[in-house]
Amino acid sequence: MRAPVSDLPLVLDDVSLQAGATAILDRISLTIAPGAPTLFIGPNGSGKTSLLRLCMGLAKPTGGRISWGGRSDPTPTRRAFVFQRPVMLRRTAAANVTYALAQAGEPRARRGERAVALLERVGLADLADRPARLLSGGEQQRLALARALARDPQILLLDEPTASLDPAATRAVEEIVLSAAQSGIKIAMASHDLGQVRRLAGEVVFLARGALCERAAASDFFDHPSTPEARAFLRGDLVI
Amino acid sequence: MPDHLSALQLILNADPTLLAIVQLSLSVSLAAVALAAAIGMPIGALLALTHFPGRAILVVLLNAMMGLPPVVVGLALYLLLSRSGPLGELGILFTPTAMVLAQTVLIVPIIAALTRQTVEDLWIEYRDELGAMDVGALGRMTTLLWDARFSLLTALLAGFGRAAAEVGAVMIVGGNIDGFTRTMTTAVALETSKGNLPLAMGLGAILIVIVLAINAAAWGTRVWSQRVTG
Repeated sequence: MRAPVSDLPLVLDDVSLQAGATAILDRISLTIAPGAPTLFIGPNGSGKTSLLRLCMGLAKPTGGRISWGGRSDPTPTRRAFVFQRPVMLRRTAAANVTYALAQAGEPRARRGERAVALLERVGLADLADRPARLLSGGEQQRLALARALARDPQILLLDEPTASLDPAATRAVEEIVLSAAQSGIKIAMASHDLGQVRRLAGEVVFLARGALCERAAASDFFDHPSTPEARAFLRGDLVI
Repeated sequence: MPDHLSALQLILNADPTLLAIVQLSLSVSLAAVALAAAIGMPIGALLALTHFPGRAILVVLLNAMMGLPPVVVGLALYLLLSRSGPLGELGILFTPTAMVLAQTVLIVPIIAALTRQTVEDLWIEYRDELGAMDVGALGRMTTLLWDARFSLLTALLAGFGRAAAEVGAVMIVGGNIDGFTRTMTTAVALETSKGNLPLAMGLGAILIVIVLAINAAAWGTRVWSQRVTG
């Protein structure tokens, strides 16, 4: 049985991350609540990946506090993560999903059936018996999404999941993300593809140099960015 | 007849003495590999996945123990298993069981050390993904051991090679008793010293062929696994 706990809202309170003398994230306060997808954007090195890792509980902040549904225990109960380059377990596609289901506490008797449904959801039903590591990059990323959805998450964190994919594979991934969002899963995703941000975002969180510069509804952000950094970023200037 | 032709004849005629020796050698070394794998792989995986004070010393010690001299292992086990020793009651000195134990002691460090290296490398790749799936300590260990299964074949192979080739430990705890605890290596040593070169050469040739065949099979498995699992 899954404990009736929630991972939302995800609250970052004055969170900093230091690596030696370098500040990777600087005093970020942010609440992520259910709703339309939140897209994290900003130049490379602005701290998007680190922020998402902290949100997942994969790393600990060096300052400030993070809580998930009011709990400060970082055990990922109802959240899942999709990495830019997912690691495929050395087994078949179906076995990758079954593994994720087992870790999420799904009873053994139901795993097979749910794995089939999840593979169908990401369009990989035909490749169920294929070794996961022999799938193409796009197929691997869709399998990673199936594994993440196997956790029955309230919030799905994605770190530039389409950064190394071709347009067709990118579209397939975006469609899965959108349908997950429509089914009520909160999406928190990093991207540096502004077209993708326009296609997916309900709201935008703009980061620069490890600081949260701007947070706004997507349309407002694109029409009236309020900080000089965001304006420069949208113009295509280098933001250092 | 030259010695090497007699040796060939012994092999081609499937000489029963020779076959019995080969069979005993193989069953002792394979049993030792199985036992050492059951002990060494969890130790290696545990060492790869844990951090505690003194871990580095343990890793160095384990690596050093890969070169444990067989005669020393034989002597230590002899002292333990001899009638006046702490485990003398078991009455297994000079039996194949004692030989399996000796070879197990000899190759546990090899399998554990190679497993640690393999699992640690794989862990670097898997850490975040398993963390995101909330995989517990035991689950990490079994997942990594399973996903490293084809690489770990090499560790088993190294263990088998060492077990099948050593003389000192089985000689001391087995006693090289004709028809009971005589293995390929102890027989080669004995027959050579007796001047019975054909049997020694025949056994030597078989030993080399076995080691080659097992390595070839393991190589084939790895190539196949690369193709099949990526």
